Amino acid sequence: MRVGLFITCLGDTLFPATGRATVAVLERLGHTVVFPAEQTCCGQMHANSGYEEEALPLVRGFARCFGGDDLDAIVAPSGSCVAMVRDHYPRLAAEAGDAALAEAVAALSPRVFELCEFLVGELGLEDVGAFFPHRVVYHPSCHGLRMLRLDEAPLRLLGGVGGIELRELGEAETCCGFGGTFAVKNADVSAAMLADKVRAVLDSGAEVCTATDSSCLMHIDGALRRQRTGVRTVHVAEILAAVEGR
Amino acid sequence: MVLGRVRAAIADVPAGEVLAFDRDGAEAEARYERGGTLDVAARLALFVERAGDYQAEVTVCADEGAAIAAAVGAACARHATRRVVVPDGLDRAWVPDAIEPVADDPPLAWPDLAACDGVLSGCELAIAVTGTVILATGPAQGRRAATLLPDLHVCVVRSHQIVETVPEAIARLATPIAARRAITLISGPSATSDIELKRVEGVHGPRRLELIVAAPGP
Amino acid sequence: MTPAGGFPAAARAAVADSQLRANLRGATHAIRDKRAAAVAEVADWEELREAGRLIKERAMRHLDRHLEDLEAAVIAAGGQVHWAPDGAAANRIVGDLVAATGSAEAVKVKSLATDEIGLNDALAARGIDVLETDLAELINQLAGDTSSHILVPAIHRNRAEIRELFLRELPDPGELDETPAALAGAARRFLRERFLRAEVAISGANFAVAETGTVGVVESEGNGRMCTTLPRTLITVMGIEKVLPRLSDLEVMLQLLPRSSTAERMNPYTSLWTGVTPGDGPEGFHLVLLDAGRTNALRDEVGRQALHCIRCSACLNVCPVYERTGGHAYGSVYPGPIGAILTPQLSDLESGATLPWASSLCGACYDVCPVKIDIPTVLVHLRGEVVRREAGGSKDAAERLSMKAAAYAFGSTTRYRRAQRLALRALRVLAKVPVLGRLVPGPLAAWITVRDLPEPPPETFGDWWRGRRP
Repeated sequence: MRVGLFITCLGDTLFPATGRATVAVLERLGHTVVFPAEQTCCGQMHANSGYEEEALPLVRGFARCFGGDDLDAIVAPSGSCVAMVRDHYPRLAAEAGDAALAEAVAALSPRVFELCEFLVGELGLEDVGAFFPHRVVYHPSCHGLRMLRLDEAPLRLLGGVGGIELRELGEAETCCGFGGTFAVKNADVSAAMLADKVRAVLDSGAEVCTATDSSCLMHIDGALRRQRTGVRTVHVAEILAAVEGR
Repeated sequence: MVLGRVRAAIADVPAGEVLAFDRDGAEAEARYERGGTLDVAARLALFVERAGDYQAEVTVCADEGAAIAAAVGAACARHATRRVVVPDGLDRAWVPDAIEPVADDPPLAWPDLAACDGVLSGCELAIAVTGTVILATGPAQGRRAATLLPDLHVCVVRSHQIVETVPEAIARLATPIAARRAITLISGPSATSDIELKRVEGVHGPRRLELIVAAPGP
Repeated sequence: MTPAGGFPAAARAAVADSQLRANLRGATHAIRDKRAAAVAEVADWEELREAGRLIKERAMRHLDRHLEDLEAAVIAAGGQVHWAPDGAAANRIVGDLVAATGSAEAVKVKSLATDEIGLNDALAARGIDVLETDLAELINQLAGDTSSHILVPAIHRNRAEIRELFLRELPDPGELDETPAALAGAARRFLRERFLRAEVAISGANFAVAETGTVGVVESEGNGRMCTTLPRTLITVMGIEKVLPRLSDLEVMLQLLPRSSTAERMNPYTSLWTGVTPGDGPEGFHLVLLDAGRTNALRDEVGRQALHCIRCSACLNVCPVYERTGGHAYGSVYPGPIGAILTPQLSDLESGATLPWASSLCGACYDVCPVKIDIPTVLVHLRGEVVRREAGGSKDAAERLSMKAAAYAFGSTTRYRRAQRLALRALRVLAKVPVLGRLVPGPLAAWITVRDLPEPPPETFGDWWRGRRP
C-alpha cells in the first residue's frame, strides 16, 4: 500500500522519534511511506479554541496536501489529530458553506487512520514483529477512546509485542487533563487531573507509560519528569518499531 | 411574546417537516423494544423479583378473596397496623377481619387520613421489568392522598394487571389519562440518598410498601 | 452570577479544598458505577438513546406547535396556563397566584427552573414564605447555601454538618444522632406538619405532554407527591423546552431518566396529572411556561441541543472537571458539562463566558448522555461564539494574537519551518535556564508549575526525512 504519513505539527517539531518509528513499522510491513512535504498542522488547536475562522485555511491546506488519489491510506501516530480530520472537518466545511471543501473532506476523511487503527482494523494485524522487554502501562487517550473508538486495538498490538509485560492502569479511561489549551486555561483543574493520572501510572508499577497520542504523553511526561519518578513515556509507535537486538 | 420568540428562533425549520417522533416508522437505530416476550408465569416471577429488589415486601397468593384477605391480614400484622383506609370500590372480600376499615367517604381531612395506620388499595397495572405498581384515581384505588399519608401501603396486584415493559404500561395509561385520572407510579417505598449518598427508606410517602400479588392457581 | 475571574478562578479555590475533592470523588464514582450497571442491563439502551434524541430534537424543531397544543390541552383539562418571557415575569406571576389564595406560605418541590430565576427570594420579598421540601434542598435552604449537584444538591455537606444544622434550625429536632436515617426522620416530622397545612404548592416539571396536557414530576422522597396532591392550589413552573409532543414519548423518557439519574430501574415515585382531577388533589392548577433565555439557545442551530437535557446529571458524575471542582465553581444552578453549554446560552453569552473552556473535551459526558447531547461539539462551537463576540475587545488580546500568528505560520511550509526552528531554539534556552519560563505569566508559566517542558529534539521529523531520501 502507498501510505501517506500525516506527521502532525507536534510530532514533527517535538517528537520526531515517533514519526521515525511510524515509518519504520510501516516499511517493515512492506508498505511504501510517502511524506507529503506541504503538510503543517491540521488546525485542531484553533478549531478547539474557538478560532474556527483561522482553522479553515488549515483544513483547506490539509485537503490539498492529502487529497490526491495516489494514496491508499493516510496514517498518523495521533488519535486526536485523526479525530479532528474525521469528526470535525465535515462540520467545519459545512459551517463555512464551502461545498467544494465539504466534498473534498468527505472523500478524504474515510482514508485517514490512527496508526493502531490502521494496523489492526485495516491490515488485520496484531503482531508486527516488535520486541520491547519492559513493564508497560497503556493510557487510552480520550479522542482515541471516545471519538475514534479504537477500543482494544492498541492493547492487542501491545499484547503482540515480544518480551513486553503489560500492566493494568487504574481508572484508565479518565482524561489525563491535557485538553490542549485546557491545560493552561484551567491549569489548576488540569494539574489535579494530571496528579491522579500520574499516581495511577506509578501504582501500576510500570517503567514505561505509552499512548497513541504525543500530546497526552507530553503532558504525563512533564509531570513524571518533574517528580523525578524514573518512569518514561514512549509512544505506541516506538514500542511497535522496537525489535530484538536493538 | 414567548411564542413569537420561539417562532423566530426556529425559523430555519422547514414548515412541512415531520412534527413528532414516529415510533412505528422509526429509524432503525431508534427502534427500541416495545413489547415484552415473557409468558405469564415468567412475567409474574420477574415482577416479584424486581419489586423485591426495591425493598417492597411481596407476597404471592391465590387470586381469591379469602387468600388475598389472609395475605393482607398478615401484611398488616407485620407492621402492627389496625386502622386501614379502604377506598370505595375495593373488593370487600380482600379486607381481613383483623383490621378496622376506614372509609374515605365523606372525604377525610388530611390529619385524619394521616392518623390512619395504613391503606389497602388495588392498582391500575404493574410493570415487571421495573417492579412498579401504577395507581390511577378511581375505584379500589381512591384518591392520591389516601395512598400517600398513611404509613403502610398494602397494594393488591392481580397477575393479569402485570405488563412486562415500560412502553406497554404507558400505552395502557392513555385511557385513564384521557379521563383525567391522576397517575402515580410507585417503585418501592420512598427513599432518599441526599445525605452522603446513603440510602434511607421511608421519607415522606408510606414508609412501608407491601405488595400482595394474586395469581390464579396452577 | 458568574464569580469574578470566571470558572478558572472559582475552580482554583475548589481544587484546593481537599475535603471537598474527597467528598466529590467518593460521590461521583459511586453514582457513576451504579449507573453503568443500571444501563448495562438494558439490551436496547442505544436505541432508546437515539429515540430520546429524536424525540427531543423534533420537539424543539416544532416547539411553537407543541406549546400551543400543550396550552390548549391543559386548559381543556381544567388548568390555567401563564407565559413568562423572563424570570422576573415568572416570579411576578407566581407571586400574584399565591397572593390570590390568601396564603403567605407555600411548600415547594425541588425545581432547577425556579432556582434559576430566584423564585424563593422574589417571593420572600413579597412576604411569602417558601419551604423547600426535598431533603437536600431543605438542607441548603436552612444553611443559606446553594446547590452543588443537580441530583444530590447537598453533596458537599457531610452528616455531622447536617446534624448541627438541624439542631440549630429545626423547631423541634428532638434527640438526633447523625445517622442519615435519623436526620431524614427529623426532616419528615418537620415537613409532615407543613404539608398537612399547606394551601399552595410550587413545583417544577420533568415534562409535560402536549397531546394530553399531562404534567409529570419524577422523584424519590414523596415530597413531590405531597406537594402535587395535598394543597388546594398547585403552581408548576416549567421551562418551555420540557414539552414532549406525545404521551408515548414517556415510554422512552421514563426508561432513560431513572437509570441515568439515580441508577434505578425506576425511581420510587412518578406523579402524572392532567389538569384538575375532580375529587382528587388540587382544585386549581397553574402551569407557568418559562422562556428566560431558552429561545436564545433555540436560535443556535448547533447549541439548541442543550435544550434536550432531561436533567439526569449523569454527565456531572463522569466529568473529570466536575469531579475536581464541584458544582459551585460553575456559578450557575446548572453545573458540570451540561451547565457549561446551557448557562452561557441562557444568558446570550452575557454570563458564564468562561464555561465553554471548563472542559478538556474528553467526551465522557457525551457517552453517558441519555439523549445523546453532543456536549463536546457544542462546547467547541460556543468557544467560537465567545471568541467571535469578543473580537476587537481587549480581553485575551494576547491569546488572539498568538492564535492568529500560529495560523499564519501554519499557512505556508516556509513560515512553518521557520516557526519550528524558533520554537525549538526557545525550548533549548528554557531547558538550560528554566527560571525564564516563570518570568512571564501566561501559558508557559501555567504549564511549568507542575510539569517539565518536553526535551527539544536535535532535528525535526521533516529535517530527518529530507536528509534520509535523495
